[in-house]
Formats: sequence, C-alpha cells, structure tokens
Amino acid sequence: MKNENLYNYILGIADNSLILGQRMGELCGHGPNLETDIACTNISLDLFGQVRSYFQYAAKIAGDERSEDDIAMLRKEREYKNVLLVEQPNTNFAYTLGRQFLFDVYHLAFLKELQKSTDLTLSAIANKCVKEVSYHERFSSDWIKRLGDGTEESNAKMQEAINDLWTYTDELFHQTNADKAMLAEGIGVDVTKLKEDYYNRVNAVLEVATLNTPESKWFQKGGKEGIHTEHLGYLLSDLQYMQRTYPNMEW
Amino acid sequence: MSEEQIKNLEKQFDERIARDEKIEPKDWMPEKYRKTHIRQMSQHAHSEIIGMLPEGNWITRAPSLRRKVALLAKVQDEAGHGLYLYSATETLGISRDELYEQLHTGKAKYSSIFNYPTLTWADMGAIGWLVDGAAIINQVPLCNTSYGPYARAMIRVCKEESFHQRQGYEIMIKLANGTPEQKEMAQDALNRWWWPSLMMLGPTDDKSVHTAQSMKWKLKRKTNDELRQQFIDQTVPQADLIGLTVPDPDLKWNEERQSYDFGAIDWDEFWQVVKGHGPMNKERMKARVGAWERGEWVRDAAMAHAKKKQERKEKQAV
Repeated sequence: MKNENLYNYILGIADNSLILGQRMGELCGHGPNLETDIACTNISLDLFGQVRSYFQYAAKIAGDERSEDDIAMLRKEREYKNVLLVEQPNTNFAYTLGRQFLFDVYHLAFLKELQKSTDLTLSAIANKCVKEVSYHERFSSDWIKRLGDGTEESNAKMQEAINDLWTYTDELFHQTNADKAMLAEGIGVDVTKLKEDYYNRVNAVLEVATLNTPESKWFQKGGKEGIHTEHLGYLLSDLQYMQRTYPNMEW
Repeated sequence: MSEEQIKNLEKQFDERIARDEKIEPKDWMPEKYRKTHIRQMSQHAHSEIIGMLPEGNWITRAPSLRRKVALLAKVQDEAGHGLYLYSATETLGISRDELYEQLHTGKAKYSSIFNYPTLTWADMGAIGWLVDGAAIINQVPLCNTSYGPYARAMIRVCKEESFHQRQGYEIMIKLANGTPEQKEMAQDALNRWWWPSLMMLGPTDDKSVHTAQSMKWKLKRKTNDELRQQFIDQTVPQADLIGLTVPDPDLKWNEERQSYDFGAIDWDEFWQVVKGHGPMNKERMKARVGAWERGEWVRDAAMAHAKKKQERKEKQAV
C-alpha cells in the first residue's frame, strides 16, 4: 500500500470509536432509565457514524477491494489498534460512565487538534465529530459528578470504577510509529502534548464529584500495538459473527 | 356531583367526541374513559420498551456498519416512542413509576409478539416488515383518536414506524435477492413471524371484549378482523414481489371479496403467549426488571445529587 502510515493512523483513531460504540451498543434496552438508555444508544450511534467516515476513507486509501465492513469486521484480533480502555466491559453503570468519561476527555482534546490536520478529509471528519464528542464529554462528566456526589453507595461504586480504569489512561498518550510519521507530515496529532491538560481536566471533574484521583502510577499498555485484554476476543466474536459465518455476501 | 349532573356531563362529553373534538388532560372525562386510556396507552408504551429487547439483541451482531447504525437508530426511536407515550399517559394522572410497577409485576400487558425469539439476522427484516407493518395498521387510525395527547403522539410514532417498516422490507429484499443461504434465512424468518404478526392484530371480533366501547371513543376505528384482513391484503403481494412464500396453504385470492381468504389462526398459541407462557415471556420480563433493579442505585444517586445541589443553592442564597 502506498500510504500505509496514513491507513494505520486512521485505523488507530477509528478503532477506538468502533470498539467503544460496540460496548455502548450492548446496553441498548438495559439502561437504568429510559433517558440514559437513549443517551447511551445515541453515543453508540455517533461513534459508529464516525467509524463509517474513517473507514470509508481508509478503504479509499487502501485502494483495493476492501470495504468499510471488511476493515471493521474482518481483521484478526491482533490487528485491532484501539486502546485498552475502550474495550473494558460494562461491569456496571459506573464502569460504563467511567470508561466513557476517561475516553471522552481525551477524544475531545484529540479531535480539536485533528481539526487542524493538513489532511482535508481528516480535518473535515474531525469538524463533524467534535460537535458530537463535546456532547458526550458533557454527558459523561455530568454523570461522574452526579454519581460521585450522589449517595454513599454511588460514590463508592464510582470510585471503584475510576480506580480500576485508571491503569488504562496513560496509554492514550503513547505514540505509535504511524503517529510519529503522520505528525512529521503535519497530518497527525501529537498525543504526548495532550497529557497534561487531560489529567487537569479529569482531576477537576473528579474533585467536583468528591472522588479521589487514583495515586497508582502502574499503567497498562499494548492496545495500540494490538496486544489487548482478554475482553476484546469476545467482543469481536459478536462484531464479526455474521461476516465470518456468511462470507462474501451483501446485506 | 349529583347523578343527574354526571349524566349531563357524560352527554356533553359524548357529543364532543361525536363532533370530532379533542379531549385534553384538564377537561372533564368519565372515569372509565380515563382508565381505558391509561390501560391502552401504557400497554402501547410498554410494548415499545419491551420491543427494544428482541431487536437490541442484534445490535452487536449486525452484518454491516450501515445496518448496525440503522438498527441502533431504530431501537432508539422505539425508546423515544416509549418516552412520549409514557409522558402522554402521565397526563391522565398516573406516574411513570406506577406504570413501570404495573409492567414489572405483570399487571400490565405488552404486545405478545415480543415474546418470540430473534434467532437470525433476517428476523430484523421480518420484524420491521411484518411487526411494524401490523403496528402501523393498528396505529394510523389512532392519529385521529379522541384523546389529544395520544393522537398527537401517534402522529409522530406513525411517521417513524412507516420508516421502520420500509427499512425492514428493504432488509428482506436484500436477503431474498441474495445467495440461496440468505434467501432461506429470509423465508425461515417469514415462516416464524407470519402467524404471530396476524395474532398481533388482536383476538377475533366475537372474542374482543373492548371493541364496542373503544369504537365509540375513537380509540378504535376498525375491528380486529378488518385490520387483520387489511394487513394480509397489503402484505401478501409484498411477499410475492420478492419471491417469498407466505406460510399458509389455505391462502387464496377471493375475486368476489377482492381480498385474500386465509387459513385458521392457532388461537391456543395466542392465549398461551398472552397468559405468559410464550417462548420468551420470562426472559423479557427478567431483562426488563433486571435492568430496572440494577439501575436503582443510579436513579437514587441522581435524585440525591439534585437535592444536594438545590440545598447548596439555597444555602448560597441565604
């Protein structure tokens, strides 16, 4: 492929939306009330919409027979480039919202930078996504505050979720080879520069939510290189089921 | 109020409905009108919410991104329908919590069709095409029903349902024109959903207990049997068009009636499902009640936070 770095770079961005969208999609019909159910489905819907834009572009760059669905559903587990954070399961609503919040703060900051990309397609996609993700970030941070401040039980549950998910935050700021190559060309975002503001914003919300910022400095990584947690395989067997069982068909 | 005064109010009320005037929440209404509307509207809202489950099932497994997005949007629409139907029902003086309580304890019913399992992707097509198709036939006349909030909610619901129906049929067209395996999947789905869809339009007229009163209040404009005939006459040509066979050996065009004659419906199966013994009744209720119970701490936290926020605001004001 002529532009392999760009292709991999797009997948690195889109896989986060794909896997998180899939996780949020699992909850449809099972939310704590109708309003949050609709909001979670809506986030999932936005994320899959973004995925389609990215993968349609990636398919064009690949320049072969590959379609957006092939890219989304026919890769092997080690070829998915999403961060470990987004594949974590919906253990309970605190984990779902905690995962969403810890990703949204990063996602919003990332997209604001991607808007400045010299790649016009990527900057156009970022322009569209930034509006959606601003809403996601507001929704999830409001809920962190609500659950942190709410009752003793909700505070304990929210704190537990943040503590457990914290270990996956650092990976957001790791640079891949594709990241470095795209940064050099003025196309990509320097994720290392987003780190400080990220933790400032996250800490500010946690403080209002009367939650403690975890002190642990032990972090997990690997997702961007395709080394995932055990959770991803199960998620992919759902995601890929139809394409694998009925190959080469149109739907 | 004296008996005579009530009779007088009832007479005026009936006249208003006869003149096609809308009844609004603050207007006087007979107790039976209020209760019947709570029953029917909440049953409708519950059906939307339970109906999210069989389709929600396939969101994670949809075969393409385009289909996944469309299915998510569809199920989200249903949640939206539930939301404004509950709100419309609340105008009759009952809370959403009470309505949920009725659903969760089995006191209130929801459409029996959702007690059948969704086994293949083609079921997403069949549900859209047949179940939403039957729902539209049931619901379009309700856009002119006498109770204002219900009529207005139904206008929006019907617009979206008709989109869902086309979307479902489009899934079926694609399958029917696909590989032999895909066509077989589509035919199998039609076989399993056809009869439950006919049952969805309700028991036959001689067994339907609410029809007469509901016709008077315009909660119903046609009888169950008329609606069923309309559904069959509309759907059979659609099946023919895409080369699928309606699973009824007695189905035959009747030139004289200009309608299809059709075979006997297994009403024992219908009553079995209505009474709670269908293939998925227990699972659907378990999923619904489970989600509600698991969400309790979240709802409690939201209430507690809102209260604290209010208190902090008041304190600041002092």
